[in-house]
Amino acid sequence: MSTPPPAGRSREAASLHGVPATQQLPLERFTLDNGLRVVLAPDRSAPVVGVAVVYDVGIRSEPVGRTGFAHLFEHLMFQGSANLEKLAHFRHVQGSGGTFNGSTHLDYTDYYEMLPSNALERALFLEADRMRGPRLTEENLRNQVDVVKEEIRVNVLNRPYGGFPWLKLPPVLFETFPNAHDGYGSFDDLEAATVADAAEFFERYYAAGNAVLAVAGDFDVDRAAQLVQRHFGDVPARPAPPRPDFAEPDITSERRQSYVDKLAPLPAFASAWRVPDPITDFAAYLPYVVLAEVLTDGDASRLVRRLVQTDRIATSVGGYVSFMGEAFDVRDPTALLLQAHLPPGGSVDRVLTVVAEEIDRVAQDGLEPGELERTVARMSTHLLRDTDTVLQRALQCAVHEQQRGNPGLSYELPARLAEVTEEQVRAAAATLSSNRRATVEVVPGGGMQ
Amino acid sequence: MTTIVGPRELPPLEETRPLVVPPSAERTLANGLTVIAIERHSVPLVEVRLRLPFGRAVLDPPFVARAALMSQTLFSGTATMSTVDIAAALQSVGGALSAGVDADRLLISGNGLASGLGRILSVLSEVLRGATFPEQEVATERARLLDRIQVAQSQPSHLVRVALLRRMYGDHPYGVQSPDAADVMPLGTAELVELHAQRVHPAGAVLVIVGDVDAAAALDVAEEALGSWDGAGAAEQTPPIPPLRTGPVVLVDRPGSVQSSLRLALPAVGRTHPDHAALQLANLIFGGYFSSRWVENIREAKGYTYSPHSVIEHSIAGSSLILSADVATEVTAAALLETWYELGRLANIPPAPEELEQARQYALGSLLLGMSTQAGLAGLATTYAAHGLRLDYLVEHTARLAAATREEVAAAATTYLAPAKAVAVVLGDAERVAGPLATLAPVERVPVPAAGTLEAPEDVVTPPPTEPATTEGSAEPGTGRA
Repeated sequence: MSTPPPAGRSREAASLHGVPATQQLPLERFTLDNGLRVVLAPDRSAPVVGVAVVYDVGIRSEPVGRTGFAHLFEHLMFQGSANLEKLAHFRHVQGSGGTFNGSTHLDYTDYYEMLPSNALERALFLEADRMRGPRLTEENLRNQVDVVKEEIRVNVLNRPYGGFPWLKLPPVLFETFPNAHDGYGSFDDLEAATVADAAEFFERYYAAGNAVLAVAGDFDVDRAAQLVQRHFGDVPARPAPPRPDFAEPDITSERRQSYVDKLAPLPAFASAWRVPDPITDFAAYLPYVVLAEVLTDGDASRLVRRLVQTDRIATSVGGYVSFMGEAFDVRDPTALLLQAHLPPGGSVDRVLTVVAEEIDRVAQDGLEPGELERTVARMSTHLLRDTDTVLQRALQCAVHEQQRGNPGLSYELPARLAEVTEEQVRAAAATLSSNRRATVEVVPGGGMQ
Repeated sequence: MTTIVGPRELPPLEETRPLVVPPSAERTLANGLTVIAIERHSVPLVEVRLRLPFGRAVLDPPFVARAALMSQTLFSGTATMSTVDIAAALQSVGGALSAGVDADRLLISGNGLASGLGRILSVLSEVLRGATFPEQEVATERARLLDRIQVAQSQPSHLVRVALLRRMYGDHPYGVQSPDAADVMPLGTAELVELHAQRVHPAGAVLVIVGDVDAAAALDVAEEALGSWDGAGAAEQTPPIPPLRTGPVVLVDRPGSVQSSLRLALPAVGRTHPDHAALQLANLIFGGYFSSRWVENIREAKGYTYSPHSVIEHSIAGSSLILSADVATEVTAAALLETWYELGRLANIPPAPEELEQARQYALGSLLLGMSTQAGLAGLATTYAAHGLRLDYLVEHTARLAAATREEVAAAATTYLAPAKAVAVVLGDAERVAGPLATLAPVERVPVPAAGTLEAPEDVVTPPPTEPATTEGSAEPGTGRA
């Protein structure tokens, strides 16, 4: 094993030493007759498997008047299906030693299990059963509306900074309903949801042709392929609906809004700038992902040094690409976000000015020796660490197959990031001007306790 | 391959694949540091955990404040390196280290590229031996900590935890586990240097290395980096936790709260106690995983809550069972009633055989899942080591879980889950919930804890960038996420 390069070594050396070579793990892809795409990623290093089904529908596809519906519907997919009573899904997964969950994102909704590998067929059975159709009943719908309302209370309404910034910033940056609306939904919209809405949503979006199944972990590929065919082969074929175009133009002048958070004791803000298309313009997009880390990853990053350590005008700083922090699982339009919490009485104007100065310094003066290499090395660790769990591997394979037709993207990313040049990072920084900036500010409400 | 037509049967499980403990090596250095290295070659990374005993013999809020600030300033400088130098040196090998403290331990955690293990441990060594706590950096971190304490004060999850610990532990050192603003304010370099000199020593400490390394070689790397760490100093023994004292429901008034945070504590036993496997299974059946009676009742049948869960918390000085649910204000009393009902039912009526088998499979599977990643292994090995155990405990515990009988589980439920033994704390809008709660039990109304307090400074202010609208599994307590 080589020793790491000292700071200041050339980028070529760093990419040899600091960033490990791309891992070539086997991946198998095929499509069933009903249109379901399948990815198999065997890895026999531990006796566990991850199973993920990803549907190409998310918060952006919700109809007007039905905010929060994609997420509510996700809950309904756990309430029973053709051969499964309510509660049976949970019991079968956990009674096999596994865990499960589902989550709703801007561009997709995922359902997944992680289990001991002797339960693989059972997990495939469970996912296939609900792909044929969930049991949509009035009773289950009303019960899950109540559960979702408690979820919103615990995550948004009953805590300081709830929904900041992922629910609060999109309406400042975006104009159109799909991109701007609250993905958790209003209580009015949730309560107005009907079983007929759910049936229609399923019919349209939960088609085999609109889904990807991925399995990662401890299995034999031929055997797993047979099991997939056995359980999913007769899921009725329905084509994927045409994907709407969610594009909207960049903003042309600075936008800024504020709101009072009556639970928040300290000021905070988040800013966003549009970035290139993550799918069709990936090479231009990657430097923004790196830039966010250059600015905010750890004590040696630009903004932590300046805002937190030197000027002491921020308590914490964060930066990432895409509103849910999933840079490689999102489609256009999306954004680079910077956020900070301020000390009592702190001035958002002052911090915005300093942030602009630091961004400008990157654009004008470039990076310090070693800065790009060490940032990318740390990013590689994060990426590789994610793929150490078979569940994350399955999820990434599924989403990347769905959005890019490239299920192995995760394995390529360390090498792709190492190709990003200082010039590209500088050029990305140069686009983060104040006239393209959308900012939302949290005004502390004094802190009801 | 043909497909199935007509009603479908749940496929059987295939033969269970055995739990295999990965290759490891261990060495106790001359200075008292125990080093455990574990191989998992899945990705070219390494996980590092250093756990130092940090318990206290007496309740000591100023110590809690000093320890909290010290953990936040540990990487702020040495004689030869600044904060930025330390962070950049680690980052250059894809690494990072951070420290956190609780009532039992100071834990330094990190990871990086496996090729950078030597660099990570040499930076760690420099900090352990020569952290200088520079005045300027301490002032910065002190201000940040005070800000975070203020934010924590507005978080119901934090406030109810503080109230619960006071209720459970009283004057025991565990009674206050988060720093008070008044105790943080006067702290400076001198206090932190002193605490570091007193407590940051290898005696009783454990270093765990997991990843794409040769275990024996990793021990050598660790000895090279940390063998000369000063061996002086002595740990303090935390006295055993006091038994729970039952009494009125404590109602912490949070006017305007749109939910009530419900917490109950029950007695429990440690991992090596003969009742432990049976208690673990009883807890799963009650509320320890999604497919439990409590979750199916108050979430899936009644819609009172999003994420109820029940976990056994193992601390050095004792174990407890903690129930948590955040419920709609108008059903606060109803949720408490259902909680008592489910506890009382299991304490008195043995579980159905199929309920026990389902819980057993889940417990066994969780062990396999928990050790299937480098990070999971690192967490398990560190936690077990703190209690004098090694990863082979997983094999022994697997056997105990497999052997536990229905009678043993029923007996454990009677002993530990009896609602008569529970203490309850509710944080919510007292004006709306005091009356309904008083129909069930005596209620003692208290104000929100006044002084600044904090459990997890590093987590309080900066939420993760993602808050996906996620569902079910957040109610998944038992998957070894601790």
